[in-house]
Amino acid sequence: MAKSQEQLQQRRSLSSLIYDPQFRSYAFQILLLVVLVGFGWWIVQNTIANLQAQNKTTGFDFLDSTAGFDIGFSLIPYSRASTYLDVFYVGILNTLLVAITGIVLATMLGFVIGIARLSSNWIIARLATIYIEVIRNLPLLLQLFFWYFAVLKSMPSVRDSLEIIGGSVYLNNRGLYLPDPNPNDAFMWVQIAVVLVLIGGFFLQRWSIRRVEETGQRFPYIPVFIGLLIVVPTLTWFVTGAALDVNYPELNRFNFQGGIQLPPEFVALLFGLVIYTAAFIAEIVRAGIVSVSSGQTEAAQSLGLKDRDRLNLVVIPQAMRVIVPPLTSQYLNLTKNSSLAVAIGYPDIVNVFMGTALNQSGKAVEVIFMTMAVYLTFSLLTSIIMNWYNARIALTER
Amino acid sequence: MNKKIVTIALGAALGLTASAAYADTLDDVQEKGYIQCGVSPSTPGFASPDENNNWSGIDVDYCRAMAAAIFDDPEAVRFTPLTSKERFTALSSGEIDVLSRTTTWTMSRDTNLGISFAGVMFYDGQGFMVPKDLGVNSATELSGAAVCIEAGTTTELNAADYFATKGMDYNPVVFEDQDEVVKAYDDGRCDVFTTDSSALAAERFSLADPDSHKILPEIISKEPLGPSVRQGDDEWFNIARWVYFSLLEAEEYGVTQANVDEMLGSENPSVRRLLGVEGEFGSYIGLSNDWAYNIIKHVGNYGEIYERNVTPIGIAREGSLNAHWTQGGIQYSPPIR
Repeated sequence: MAKSQEQLQQRRSLSSLIYDPQFRSYAFQILLLVVLVGFGWWIVQNTIANLQAQNKTTGFDFLDSTAGFDIGFSLIPYSRASTYLDVFYVGILNTLLVAITGIVLATMLGFVIGIARLSSNWIIARLATIYIEVIRNLPLLLQLFFWYFAVLKSMPSVRDSLEIIGGSVYLNNRGLYLPDPNPNDAFMWVQIAVVLVLIGGFFLQRWSIRRVEETGQRFPYIPVFIGLLIVVPTLTWFVTGAALDVNYPELNRFNFQGGIQLPPEFVALLFGLVIYTAAFIAEIVRAGIVSVSSGQTEAAQSLGLKDRDRLNLVVIPQAMRVIVPPLTSQYLNLTKNSSLAVAIGYPDIVNVFMGTALNQSGKAVEVIFMTMAVYLTFSLLTSIIMNWYNARIALTER
Repeated sequence: MNKKIVTIALGAALGLTASAAYADTLDDVQEKGYIQCGVSPSTPGFASPDENNNWSGIDVDYCRAMAAAIFDDPEAVRFTPLTSKERFTALSSGEIDVLSRTTTWTMSRDTNLGISFAGVMFYDGQGFMVPKDLGVNSATELSGAAVCIEAGTTTELNAADYFATKGMDYNPVVFEDQDEVVKAYDDGRCDVFTTDSSALAAERFSLADPDSHKILPEIISKEPLGPSVRQGDDEWFNIARWVYFSLLEAEEYGVTQANVDEMLGSENPSVRRLLGVEGEFGSYIGLSNDWAYNIIKHVGNYGEIYERNVTPIGIAREGSLNAHWTQGGIQYSPPIR
């Protein structure tokens, strides 16, 4: 009798355990974890087994061996004798170059177009609308091909190069040729002067803001800053005897040599990315400005704020809170879209590393893993920076 | 409900133990009823589709020969156009069964890349093409030139080697797709277009003005182009290899598409073995005994394939490496016996 009661109690506690929501939730989560780990383990095992069945070696040792191919455009010294690791670095730097330049230019163009769309000037507003609607609704790859093949075709050949600014800048179907400034040692002082003025300008701005807040007196901050930025480095230039030994591009048998050479692939990719992303940024900017209710503007007007102060102190700070989060995803998109470079032959990381290096070394799994890690790092870094900025400008609740 | 799903998922995960996805290619191929063959997207003479998507070319005919040997049907093959960058991954992953895509046989590919080459369908070498008005007569004058190249090829490596050993500078402009390389060269993006000399000859006719371009005399590399299969499946490798050899054997003994039925009654023991009248050579590679008969019947011998595809693009066989060994070339096959 007593025994059967005990059994009953045990059974009850067991069944109550099954119906205990907390227990069930833990149990299912553990089960899910086991399944996921098991699945991951199976994928890794299967990959290794299949690679071994085909006599393929695995591992990252190949990074130290000679790559054996050349790359057309590189920011660091690179030759056929360099290693696969160098190819990796060249690819990362080329991707970063186009992504960072692209983000800066797209932001500038996007803000201009976004504000233009809200312009009271009918033609400007219509033009901005047409730009946004046309660019946003065409695939980026198509636009890249357009910029590359259509624009390249219309460029003159090397012998008929367009000469801009009296023989220092040349444009032809091989790219854009700029003079390359070679600073002497004393030029370092000019650079130091610029940095000092920039730092000084930062403190000057803080001081002028505090002055306005405390006394209401305005300080002409921007003209003073620009004046300092011109005068101080120029003085340093003359005092220290700094000089730029400019290296101009010169035509030889096939092409220009010397100077800075920007290949048309880079120019086309940059154009395509900037123009495409700017259309999205313009819409984000417009949405941000429209989101600030007209009551805010009217209130600022009735307080007697000037037009510029109304924009700088009331509208823009509130609009930025709406603009920044979606702007971040546009920056991420631009960085990731730069991988379309492969279509027009710009040597970014996907082209040289995931393309040629993968093909020549045969290390598909390792190479793709490394490339994914690069994009993940870029994206997470961008997100961190933008989230930090977003937190700074967020509405301070008291 | 939840528990059921989880149980099923767990069971599935445990059931799928580490298994090679392609242990027996012949069985898989026979089961699905066709061969998946990786070819060039568009290289005249080697593999290119016409407006009705009918493929032709020497690489295409090799795949048709394999299909004829296995299925007695040269149409039992599906073609996957691949860029040079995609080709090895497509083969390794099992997306295609055989890679017949102007692929150079090299040591690293034959060993480290996990593929095996069955033979050499075409002996080629890398050359250069330039516009005539550049006034260049030799590859040694190319220092400083911009060179259009296809990505992921031996061409890319050979060019780097060549310019480095000659102590010359150059600017490589690399595209993923042969068509884009040709287009960029035609648009004047590069001074030089380099690839296998057979492809140069073929692609020259796709330029806007073929007569204003010329191919330089230098051949800077050895490019034995041949079909390849995955390593680790000997049966499938044997089929791939002996399909190639049978094309050469048939040519050697004068067996052609036209006279193959007559030849069944031949007294020559080599012909009788080739066509399966004598011996059981088909069973050695897991096929029926008339495997080679079917190849010749449907596709023809090596000479006929060459005549049909490569001669029209202007590359003579006579006196070249691709001539049969009895004609002074190096196309040679071990005997079937």
